[in-house]
Amino acid sequence: MIKRGLLATAAVAGMLAMGSFSAAEAKTLVFCSEGSPEGFTPALYTAGTTFDASSRQVFNRLVEFERGSTTIVPALAEGFEVSEDGTEYTFNLRKGVKFHTTKFFTPTRDFNADDVIFSFERQRNADHPYNKISGGNYEYFNGMSMPDLIKDIVKVDDYTVKFILNRPEAPFIANMGMDFASIHSAEYADAMAAAGTLDDFDQKPVGTGPFQFEDYQKDSQIRYKAHPDYWSGKAPLDKLVFSITPDASVRYQKLKAGECHVMPYPNPADLEAMASDSDVNLMQQEGLNVGYLAYNALMPPFDNPKVRKALNMAVNKEAIIDAVFQGAGKVAKNPIPPTIWSYNDATVDDGYDPEAAKALLAEAGVSGLTTKIWAMPVQRPYNPNARRMAELIQADWANVGVTAEIVSYEWGEYLKRSKDKDRDGAVLLGWTGDNGDPDNFLAVLLGCDGVGGSNRAQWCHKPFEDLIQKAKTTSDFDERIRLYEEAQIVFKEQAPWATIAHSVVFKPIRPEVVDFRIDPFGGHVFYGVDLKE
Amino acid sequence: MIRFILTKLGLLIPTFLGVTLVAFSFIRMLPGDPVELLAGERSVSPERHAELMAALGFDKPLWEQYFSFLVGILHGDLGTSFSSKQPVLEEFFVRFPATIELATCAIIFAALIGLPAGIVAAVKRGSAFDHTLMGISLTGYSMPIFWWGLLLIILFSSPDMLGLTPVSGRISALFWVDTETGFMLIDSLLSDEKGAFRSAAAHLVLPTIVLGTIPMAIIARQTRSAMLEILGEDYVRTAKAKGLSPFRIVGIHALRNALITVITVIGLQVGVLLAGAILTETIFSWPGIGKWMIDSISRRDYFAVQGGIVLIASIVMLVNLLVDFMYGLINPRILHRRS
Repeated sequence: MIKRGLLATAAVAGMLAMGSFSAAEAKTLVFCSEGSPEGFTPALYTAGTTFDASSRQVFNRLVEFERGSTTIVPALAEGFEVSEDGTEYTFNLRKGVKFHTTKFFTPTRDFNADDVIFSFERQRNADHPYNKISGGNYEYFNGMSMPDLIKDIVKVDDYTVKFILNRPEAPFIANMGMDFASIHSAEYADAMAAAGTLDDFDQKPVGTGPFQFEDYQKDSQIRYKAHPDYWSGKAPLDKLVFSITPDASVRYQKLKAGECHVMPYPNPADLEAMASDSDVNLMQQEGLNVGYLAYNALMPPFDNPKVRKALNMAVNKEAIIDAVFQGAGKVAKNPIPPTIWSYNDATVDDGYDPEAAKALLAEAGVSGLTTKIWAMPVQRPYNPNARRMAELIQADWANVGVTAEIVSYEWGEYLKRSKDKDRDGAVLLGWTGDNGDPDNFLAVLLGCDGVGGSNRAQWCHKPFEDLIQKAKTTSDFDERIRLYEEAQIVFKEQAPWATIAHSVVFKPIRPEVVDFRIDPFGGHVFYGVDLKE
Repeated sequence: MIRFILTKLGLLIPTFLGVTLVAFSFIRMLPGDPVELLAGERSVSPERHAELMAALGFDKPLWEQYFSFLVGILHGDLGTSFSSKQPVLEEFFVRFPATIELATCAIIFAALIGLPAGIVAAVKRGSAFDHTLMGISLTGYSMPIFWWGLLLIILFSSPDMLGLTPVSGRISALFWVDTETGFMLIDSLLSDEKGAFRSAAAHLVLPTIVLGTIPMAIIARQTRSAMLEILGEDYVRTAKAKGLSPFRIVGIHALRNALITVITVIGLQVGVLLAGAILTETIFSWPGIGKWMIDSISRRDYFAVQGGIVLIASIVMLVNLLVDFMYGLINPRILHRRS
């Protein structure tokens, strides 16, 4: 009786479940996203999850990164000119670009210079009517030093905008491709202001992007439909749904069951099963990241490059790649990943050699050294298991007579304490690139301005600083390459970090998904993606 | 009666103040800095850090922040979520229907199975059914929700196993159901989408079982012990002697008295359900307040966490107050004694 009841229940459940898959819609791609967006105005937020839901589907920028690469291509600007002194960037805007027509807004005009001015002035000008809306924090705009850099933004005519800078800045164009530089509709902003619903502007986005926002059911689903008048041609997909699924194991089950087509951030433990799963196409690509161990170059004996190099030579990085990354990583020798232009393949890594390490420590007059290794409490794209990595380094250092204690703090606390100039010990951390420019790694993580902040090695070395500053201000691309290559040689000589690994990014997708490309910045771009019939 | 109600309401005030104090202090006692978490590896300058902390009001003395929190509550303002920049009250109530829908289904599931199972076990005390039921309920009670949820997903949802139920969410992504009431079962019925209701119902099956398992086990055990006590009373023996049918004795005379204990237990399960919802919602990507609270804690979203705790605690207190009033309706002796 009980058995029959169970079977009946199972049959009903089966019918119910089948019902959920029977409503065939034309070309709907479901993305099992890992979390909820904070909002839909990219400039206000910093999370990749938010950018996936906003800038990467709904908005365009003046220039953008080519899908699946770090190459800058024209987008809302058809082209740009740079003045000889490198302080004026004049953008020629694309004509005939339509904003989305949605349930909540019908545009009456095409995209023009007013929209560009609005999008940047909101972030730049504290008196702008939208500046304080939705908290008014523009962390990326500030983090990329835009307030100091931009002197003025001038509307030359309806389709020409000029950015006047306070100093030449070669990475400026790469910055303009970043999410915070997304272009909003000034007309929509005016309409919201007139209706007294300014807050709605950041929750119901209107852009020029390939997908237009339809609805957001908080923590559940975000729905988009293809922008029929997209300036680069309508997307092959008709609809796009973000099904918010925070648990990686559940995402995998949904992918297997066909409830979603693409999922981010698989569990490392599931990768083996995914690779042999016929329901899954496991894509992979080297990530635009670096995981490192930063010494404190301000504290003896780590102020001595010989000591830092000796400790680098004591670390068996291949063993870390095997044990921590389970092969899904590549030993790092430079502070930038090989996928970034100007990567210097000619540099020589501090090879694993415990005997040479001992000798170098003795030469530096260091014996019986005790220190700390800081292990992050969280999994990051550049380091899947910091604790395990710290244990391996601890054992390697013990072999050369260095005693290390492993310490860890809550993530926010870790980030805060690791910035201290008098911090005791070496910190495990890493970085994922924002814009594909070497400056985004070398200046942010190793520049003198970052000491006491994002430069966790507290390393300010004039020859290196001169090179990266020069590279930042010259607009001669070949010269920039040369300068950054040289900077990497100085970095290797000085060894402020033990460069550990560049991780591999995995993206499981359904076999019916066509032309999905892994975004080097860790994002998910669905324009150009199709589904097999 | 009025005095009884007033006494109960009066007791709520110090409890509520205690809850606000705990909610306020709890999130601030956790290590971690919301501004540092926001900046991540990029980090912010000390000046920018101070600026952001001041903008959030975290530069003020703690007592002043607490006082503002209390004043805000009196004005129906629980602050603005640090991450979404939306009012906490709005963030809470937009998700609340999802939790209510799941919790209601779970408690109905728990009561529908737990009550009759407990009654039958009591009537057939010492039988194989009784022993089996008690064994199952003990297992159900001790089942870690996270493990139980994943196990059911793998068993019932994985295409490699039974593949009967959807894995997670509230409705298939193929249906475009607009939010009218926030209750997906109702919204899917109101929508024109054919099959949407079936999909919404199918999505409820596993989370309901997972969330309802512990309350079901508790209800079954409590019903059994309450019924055993009542069945041993003199008046039941008298009823039997008078030749009343077993159905009348158990269903009318014994059950009504046993219900006092059972309703107390069901009332107390509201707290258990809301606590269990945090894990269940996370496993099944159920967009309710449990998942929202977890996200808010990990982001150190002070206003969302303290506001959320106060709202959840208020709901639990109100339900328990309601249970107290229901005692009086079920057994007027309690009301008269207390009055």
